Amino acid sequence: MARTVWPDLAAQIPTGFSHGSTSIFAPAGTPAHSIFGLSMLVLGITLAIFLVVAGLFLYAVVRYRHRAEDANASREPSQIFGSNQIELSWTVIPILIVVLLFLATTRVIFMTQSIPKPASSLDINVVGHQFWWEYSYPKLGVVTANELHIPVSDPKKPTPSYLTMTSADTDHSFWVPRLAGKMDLIPNQINTMWMDPQQAGLYLGQCAQYCGVQHAKMLIRVYADSPADFAAWVAHQKQPAVESADPQAAAGRAIFQHNSCISCHTIAGTVATGRFGPDLTHVASRETIGSGAIPNNPANLRAFVDNPEHFKPGVLMPAMHMNDKDLDAITAYLASLK
Amino acid sequence: MAADAPVPAETAQTATTHSAPRRLVLDILNDWVTTVDHKKIGLMYIGYALVFLVVAGIQALLMRIQLSLPNNDFVSPQAFNSLFTMHGTTMVFFVGMPILFGFGNYLVPLMIGARDMAFPRLNAFSFWISAFGGILLYFSYFGASGLYGAGSAPDVGWFAYAPLTARVFSPGHSTDYWTLAILLSGIGSIGTALNIVATTICMRCPGMKLSRMPLLVWLYLVTSSLVFVAVSPLTAAQIMLMLDRYIGSHFFDTQAGGSAVLWMHFFWIFGHPEVYILILPAFAFANEIIPVFSRKAIFGYAAMVAASVGIGFISLSVWAHHMFTVGLGAGANTFFVLATMIISVPTGIKLFNWLATLWGGKIHFTASMMFAIGFLFQFLIAGLTGVMLSIAPFDWQLGNSYFVVAHFHYVLVGGILFMIFSAFYYWFPKMSGKMLSEKLGKWHFWIFLIGFHLTFDFMHVPGMLGMPRRIYTYEADRGWMIWNMIISSGAIFQAAGTLLFVYNMIWSYFKGPVAGPDPWDAWTLEWSTPSPPPAYNFAEIPSVASRRPLWDLKHPEDPDSNYE
Amino acid sequence: MSEAAVIPNVTTPEWELPSRGVVGMVCLIVAEAAIFTIFVVAYLYYVGKDRSGPTPREVLDLPIFTSVCLLSSSLTVHFAVAALHQARRGLCSLWLAATVLLGGIFLGGTAHEWYKLIVHDGLTIQTNLFGTTFYSLVGLHASHVIIGLIMLSLALIFSLNGSMTAKHTGRLEVLSLYWHFVDAVWVVVFTVVYILGR
Repeated sequence: MARTVWPDLAAQIPTGFSHGSTSIFAPAGTPAHSIFGLSMLVLGITLAIFLVVAGLFLYAVVRYRHRAEDANASREPSQIFGSNQIELSWTVIPILIVVLLFLATTRVIFMTQSIPKPASSLDINVVGHQFWWEYSYPKLGVVTANELHIPVSDPKKPTPSYLTMTSADTDHSFWVPRLAGKMDLIPNQINTMWMDPQQAGLYLGQCAQYCGVQHAKMLIRVYADSPADFAAWVAHQKQPAVESADPQAAAGRAIFQHNSCISCHTIAGTVATGRFGPDLTHVASRETIGSGAIPNNPANLRAFVDNPEHFKPGVLMPAMHMNDKDLDAITAYLASLK
Repeated sequence: MAADAPVPAETAQTATTHSAPRRLVLDILNDWVTTVDHKKIGLMYIGYALVFLVVAGIQALLMRIQLSLPNNDFVSPQAFNSLFTMHGTTMVFFVGMPILFGFGNYLVPLMIGARDMAFPRLNAFSFWISAFGGILLYFSYFGASGLYGAGSAPDVGWFAYAPLTARVFSPGHSTDYWTLAILLSGIGSIGTALNIVATTICMRCPGMKLSRMPLLVWLYLVTSSLVFVAVSPLTAAQIMLMLDRYIGSHFFDTQAGGSAVLWMHFFWIFGHPEVYILILPAFAFANEIIPVFSRKAIFGYAAMVAASVGIGFISLSVWAHHMFTVGLGAGANTFFVLATMIISVPTGIKLFNWLATLWGGKIHFTASMMFAIGFLFQFLIAGLTGVMLSIAPFDWQLGNSYFVVAHFHYVLVGGILFMIFSAFYYWFPKMSGKMLSEKLGKWHFWIFLIGFHLTFDFMHVPGMLGMPRRIYTYEADRGWMIWNMIISSGAIFQAAGTLLFVYNMIWSYFKGPVAGPDPWDAWTLEWSTPSPPPAYNFAEIPSVASRRPLWDLKHPEDPDSNYE
Repeated sequence: MSEAAVIPNVTTPEWELPSRGVVGMVCLIVAEAAIFTIFVVAYLYYVGKDRSGPTPREVLDLPIFTSVCLLSSSLTVHFAVAALHQARRGLCSLWLAATVLLGGIFLGGTAHEWYKLIVHDGLTIQTNLFGTTFYSLVGLHASHVIIGLIMLSLALIFSLNGSMTAKHTGRLEVLSLYWHFVDAVWVVVFTVVYILGR
């Protein structure tokens, strides 16, 4: 795979906010919406201040420039040392603006951080790891990694998702701009945030707190599913791993279980119960691997197991150094874990 | 010196330093290494800061090359992480602090009519220990891998959040070099700050009451006082980090119940006042330069002093606006929103007073003044984006994104660096005795201005489109590439402008026109001495009767002392 | 100066500015106080957050006697300065010797306490958060006591051999300021570690 990509330049120019957008100006959930509203107010006020003050500066600089052709060019202008009334006015007016902004801000802070959690909400535990996300749904008995599924929240019957977050190692930050502002994941500390996407779809984001070598490829994918789709997804995820009848996959399972794979990865229903790396019970049902780094297909799976450093230099998974036969078998096994 | 006209002793002395090729290089070197003269120490501070400015600038260029395309592999992730760590650490501790202390060292005694700093030997010690810190930081490229074959230069980010700095996540010695370098530079900063405060309070010439001090001296007094209460916490935190790394204590060890958030508090109790420690000297330069080139006294001297002291105090209560996303809770967030917004009021007062100083003046567009006017506009924008970031919910979106990077570069480059360039054009004649070329200076201004705006105006955009800072690469489908291309292209202009500036300094030092003692027709005491000033500054200690002693001298019919 | 403007030296009557030694020491004290504040905050932040023992209540005894010694040394150093000011060198040496002795007793007390904690109670800086914050805070203070004692001993030697005279009163006063600061910090440390923290 060529790692230097030259994408078509024209395709890079943003045309509206498409499906893959991470713009804060395309909010799709209540927290992001209320921030968007506040930010428009702030942008308006600061823009007005800028126009007035910059205009005055521009006027002063042009109007009071030194003109060599002036009759009095060599005389000093009259010296003015100050004026208490003027000082007072440009102290009081900014204070009034500050009070206005502060009140508007306080409202959004408390609306987002201090409203009671509705009974209909979905609880999700998020643990940040170097460099991937662990998601578990304690009431549903589901554990997954890197691709978060949440139900769409109907404003009339809201089902917001509440994330209870901590970190297993260094600091991380969960940021999906279209759904909500970011919240940090910090070891020894529990933080919470909530999201309520109103439209089904895929919402992208990534880790926003520098957490180590591969901070850049700790990507977030949030799938907002319709209630029916979400229920189906949960039902599927609760199943133990598929026992494929394919002999190559069975061979791969044996190799998996006889190697150090099991000390870091869990595959429900097998001896693999490691928790250091992502849960692989249904790895084949995900669209990406390496926390969103590359699309999930057998070729990428095989290359990733062979040498994860190729895609994510600095990743904590070691290169497995297997022969081709074993690699094929492992790939077949992992690809069977629908 | 068989001159026909009698040459005063001090002029003769300065002449020899410049025009005697017979002196051995070692003699000159010995002079500089052993000097306790505040002017030489100031120049050494400035010189070493300029070297590091170029080094850290090259690091920025390398990062911009890497980021100009998505999924680029110009540098490895490890190298990129080192680059932004070293760039930030260098620019704050080994460019910003020393260059501002350099100007302070040079100017404060001259402006208050003193012959040297209060503690000349402490001054030399502070300089050398800071310089050693910088060298130690860069020695990490050779010495840090240690036994573990771990990364060489520090790669924990300039605010080095725990627990990334713990031995388990950062093996080898790179973080130790970072800690030691900062610790040493901190000791040097505290020493120099102590010296500036003692000089200002104890060494003023007769008549120089506090209310008659040039604003530059006032601002250095505030900035240096801030150093005591801001840099010391960082020193304490670095001691804790060293104890953690070397003898296994648990201050920031999250495995043993230690807290990652405590480090954030300690770092930002330093980190935010540090921004003001850096910007106040830039304000100080503006307070001297804008009046002189507007040909008017500063408007609202007392309000300016009050605003500066106010900024100093308020800056100590705003640190947690760097921590709106760590889960402090709604109450704490609200408090820090208010404190942060309030600091914009005294800052605004300063801008308005500069506006009133320009108003009704006769503005001379020298290179120095052009940089100062650029500073005014850019600092206005930086302040307004700062207000946006003080809105905690807006910060939940924009914090740790490229918007923040754009904001603080607007402050540090658009504000501080522009004012530093302005100060160079203004005081270079005093320091060297030669004028900088105005023509090259104006080219420098326009090229740098274009580069600055290409880079940092457009850098706000990817932040709003969801691009976090400190990522070594990004996905192609996010629509960030076009913006990053523009940002990177601006870096080329900035590099070219800086090269032109360095060339201007070297060329002018040898070939520039002689400056004379007072090329700008200015009003403060440093312009009453020859350029460059003799070792003892003033043959006779002056005494003053107003804030603008040279105005009084040039306008005996209408001295300032009548109005103060 | 031929080309430079000359500022007329209008002699202003009574132009007196503070002593730079005192101002410098006050600045140093402010900076040091900020460092101590951070260590005190860390101590208070971690009080009671340990996951394993020993706890302060189990192992710490109130160091009353040594604290009294240290605090009274503030008085003796003050008397030493006063004696030097009156040019009574012998008396000055006596008070300085008393100060060094009292400071030495305090340091001995700390050493004894640490010995007991390390050997008998098994508390080191690595044991838990209490050990971490206790040894660093008390140790930071003790290191300041050591520096002060070295300086005071030098002053004592100079006083004994006659090279310190009444005209050096200002310098001894600067040193005494530092020593008062060290004592004041102990009041805070004592309150935090031995009263609030237990």
